[in-house]
Parts: sequence; structure tokens; C-alpha cells
Amino acid sequence: MTSDASAGFSRIDRTERTLEVENLSVRYGEVLAVDTVSFTARPGEVTAVLGPNGAGKTSTIEVCEGLRRRSSGHVRVLGLDPHRDRRSLANRMGIMLQEGGVYPSARPIDVVRQYCGLYSSGSGKAANPDELIELVGLSERRRTAWRRLSGGEKQRLSLALALAARPAIVFLDEPTSGVDVNGRTMIRSVIRNLADEGCTVILATHELDEAEKVCDRVVIFDKGKVLVNGTLDDVRKARQAVRLRTAKPLDLDAMPENLVGWLVEEAPGNYTIEDAPQGLIGALAVWLSERGIDVIELRAGMSSLEDVFKDLTGGRS
Amino acid sequence: MSRVPGPFRSQLRAELTVVLRNGEQLLLTLIIPVLLLVFFSTVDVLPTGDVREPIDFLTPGVLALAVMSSAMVSLGIATGFERGYKVLKRLGATPLGRPRWLAAKITTVIVVQMIQLVVLVPVALVLGWDAGSARWLLAVGAVITGTIAFGGVGLFIAGRLRAEINLAAQNGLYLVLLLLGGMVIPFDELPEPLAAVAKCLPSGALADVLRDALVGGADRPGTSWIVLAAWAVVAPALTALTFRWE
Repeated sequence: MTSDASAGFSRIDRTERTLEVENLSVRYGEVLAVDTVSFTARPGEVTAVLGPNGAGKTSTIEVCEGLRRRSSGHVRVLGLDPHRDRRSLANRMGIMLQEGGVYPSARPIDVVRQYCGLYSSGSGKAANPDELIELVGLSERRRTAWRRLSGGEKQRLSLALALAARPAIVFLDEPTSGVDVNGRTMIRSVIRNLADEGCTVILATHELDEAEKVCDRVVIFDKGKVLVNGTLDDVRKARQAVRLRTAKPLDLDAMPENLVGWLVEEAPGNYTIEDAPQGLIGALAVWLSERGIDVIELRAGMSSLEDVFKDLTGGRS
Repeated sequence: MSRVPGPFRSQLRAELTVVLRNGEQLLLTLIIPVLLLVFFSTVDVLPTGDVREPIDFLTPGVLALAVMSSAMVSLGIATGFERGYKVLKRLGATPLGRPRWLAAKITTVIVVQMIQLVVLVPVALVLGWDAGSARWLLAVGAVITGTIAFGGVGLFIAGRLRAEINLAAQNGLYLVLLLLGGMVIPFDELPEPLAAVAKCLPSGALADVLRDALVGGADRPGTSWIVLAAWAVVAPALTALTFRWE
């Protein structure tokens, strides 16, 4: 941890499953927003929950936070039912809403002090307000009304509130949305340190590059279902491919017999090759060179999280 | 190093800070009642009847207005914005709980009302109000019942409407009840159908029972107590059934 403020967060056995979601469904009238989804999260890990708008990730997280009732299924957070045991769970859980949550005239130091006070009668000891403010880099702005803070400063304040309980599990909804580069680095560092201290971090975000930099596990939602659930490396390896970008589109029909059928055109000038046999890439490079076609990018190995996400969701965000 | 109080005190401090830092709420809860009291007791424009001193008629009415402004308008507007800004949703995931949240709200209203009384009663005495015949216990009972009734109305509106519409609705209702409620204009000066409606409103009933308790000579204190008590039961019950936290 970068500051004493974070010292003392609950340490948990890393083999434990601190979040268990099993066959969870959430229905709004006729609409099935979450359809029998299952996944788990462990202490000491950052689990990124990804998906396009309306994929069901916020509904799922709000059920886990005890803010929304489930229609069916089974959810356990730190071994507790988030709805029935809401009060007990609240003492050990931190949440960060996507936006709002603070009265516009309130000052950061007052709100942080308020939230530390709300957790001060729980089983654990609440964080120190001054140290929390310092941890999220708001010392200079501690007495500025919330409405006058920048988008990034509001997000950092919201993150501080999520840490007031010295939580064993935190749910962070779009923590880097609207945050500048320095702020992102700082938030990533706080998230990573939280996990290293043994906290279970659930990170819902649209920002795939941010998720990729900080997460250990990935759960990708689409249309109310979980499409992929696993460690970041496993998810990326499962979609291993060679990606080729050329200066001008290729005539795939004119390719020699040993190359034809391997390249899949995603867009003119953009191609992927899955499960390429030995020698194929070399033959392709020779063929391109003979025709004077410039290669802008030829990348082999694990797919990026963004590539996986686009493949699974059809590129919707 | 900051000292951190417990959940209730932390929430109460946050509530009080919001109210006391808000200039509009100060105008509504303190400045307008004082201005009404000073203006109408010194400028003889109100038809308060030959037998009444204007200040004797106005003091209970303005105290009722003060209760309405703190328990209904101030509480309702603040709660409406807290819903709109997702403050209530955020608090819902803390160990605070609804009973302590409500207790902090009620305590805030009581603190504001004590400030109102500390300011308004001396101003009324300076302006010539004779408090010699006042039955203070009865007046306190009326203020408590009125606070419950108006608090119920304020939270009912705040729990259903969007923050901006709630703001307009609370201020509009304040103006309507001020004019119709027997606070500064006697019931018998209103047209008969309007007076009949006014007597069924919590504002008119509270002004009437406070007038009975503080100066005597109220229009119909027994009926007004029943009306006020009915509002104090029905409004909070409706709020409990219909309030939307986000």
C-alpha cells in the first residue's frame, strides 16, 4: 500500500471464495436483465466485470451489494446473503457508485469523515479520514464543495468513501470514468494495493485497457449472460490469434493454395489467422513482400482483452 | 488527526451541515417568518378583527408557518435532492440503516425548530405579544403533532417526484398553505368554500391549535386537533408505503 491509510484492511485466506454468484437471474417486469449467471471471486484478486451497456453487469453487482433483490439464484458475499444479512455485510463491504452519491454542497473531508463515522461501530475499525483523503490525492481540495470538483476528483472521492470501512470486499463501478492520466494511475495503484492486501475487488468497467492493466480475473457479460469467466491469461490465451494489418486490402482469392482459407478479413486491410500451422506466417510474409504490400502490423500471441471482448460481443460497447 | 463519532452522530452532523450551510433554507425557515411577523404586526393591513391585537393573532400563525417550513419544505427539498443525487442509495449500502437515518432527519428538524423558537418568540415578545396566558405544554404537543404531519407530507412528495419537480412542488405548497392556512389570514376572511377546505388542511389546523394554546380564542380547537392528528397518522403512513429510495 502506498499509505498508512490502507494498512489494516482485512486479510483473508486467498483460497476462499468471497463472492459466489450461482444461477442468478434478475427480472424487471417482462425483461430478463440477468439470466442464470454464475461466477466467483477470490480475496487478493481484482475481478473485472465487463460488458456492453445493458449487458446486466450493474444489476448483478447491485444484487451483490444488497441494493437490489434477485428474482432467483444464489448469491453469497463473504458467506452472507447480501439482502438478508445486509447490515452485517455493510460493515465489511465498500461500494463505489458509477456517479453521484454525494450532496453537491458537501466538502470532501466532511463526507469522508461522515462515512468513516458510519462504519465506526462495526466489528472492524474504520479508516482515518485524513489518511483516506491523502490516499486518493485530495488533500489540496479537502474543503472544496463537491460540485466544484472535477470529474476525476469526484471519482477519487467516491473511491475514498468505498474504502472507509477498511473493506474485505469492494465493488467499484467505472472508477476511472472521466479521470485524467495521473488520476487513472493513482486509482489503479490503490486498486492493485487493495487486492495485494487481501481485499476482494470487483471492478465493473467499460474501459478494457484499464481493466487489462489491473485485473486478475475477467467475467464478460452480454445480453444478461456470462460469456466468459476465467483468469485474464486464460481468457486471452483461449483466443490466441495472429493479427495482420496491411497498407492496402488483400485480394484473398489470389492467394496461393498454402495460404488460402487461413486469413479471415475483419475489415479491408485487417485480418486474423487462428491456429496458424508452422511455416504459415513465413510463407505469408514472403507472399506479401513479393507483391510489395507494406505490413503495418503483424502481431502474434495472446489476444488483447479488447480483441476478446470484440470477438464475443460483436464490438458493441 | 480527525476524531470520528459514531454512525448516528456522523449522519446528524452531515444533515445539520447541509441545512445550516444552505442559504435558501435559512431564508425559508427563519428570515421569512421573522419578516412576516415584523411586517404584519407593525403595518395594520391584515383583517385580524377588532378584538385581537395583530401580534396576538400572528404569533401562533407564524410559529405554525415555521413548523411547516422546517418539517415539510426544508426536510422535503433536502430529501428530494438526496434521492436525485443518489445519496440515499449510497447510504443504503452502509451500516447506518433506515431507523438511524430517520432519527438523524427528525433530530435535524428539531434542532432547526429550536433555533426558530429561540429567534421568533423573543421577536414576538418585543413586538408586544402577551405570553402570560400561554399553555406551553399544549403548544409543544401541537408542534410535535404538526411536525409529524408536515414531515409526512414533505417526505411523501420528496419520495415520489424528481428532485427539481419536488423543489417546485414543496415551494408551491408552502405558498398555498401560507395563504389558505389561517396562519396570517383568518379563516373567516376567506370565501366560505375555500375556508371549509382550509380548515381541513394541516396548516390551518396547526395554526388554530397553537392559537388556542398560546393566546386563546381559537376558532374550533377540538376539531382542529382531530384534523391535525389525522394528518399526522395518514401522511407518514402513506409515505412509508410509497417512498422510493432512488
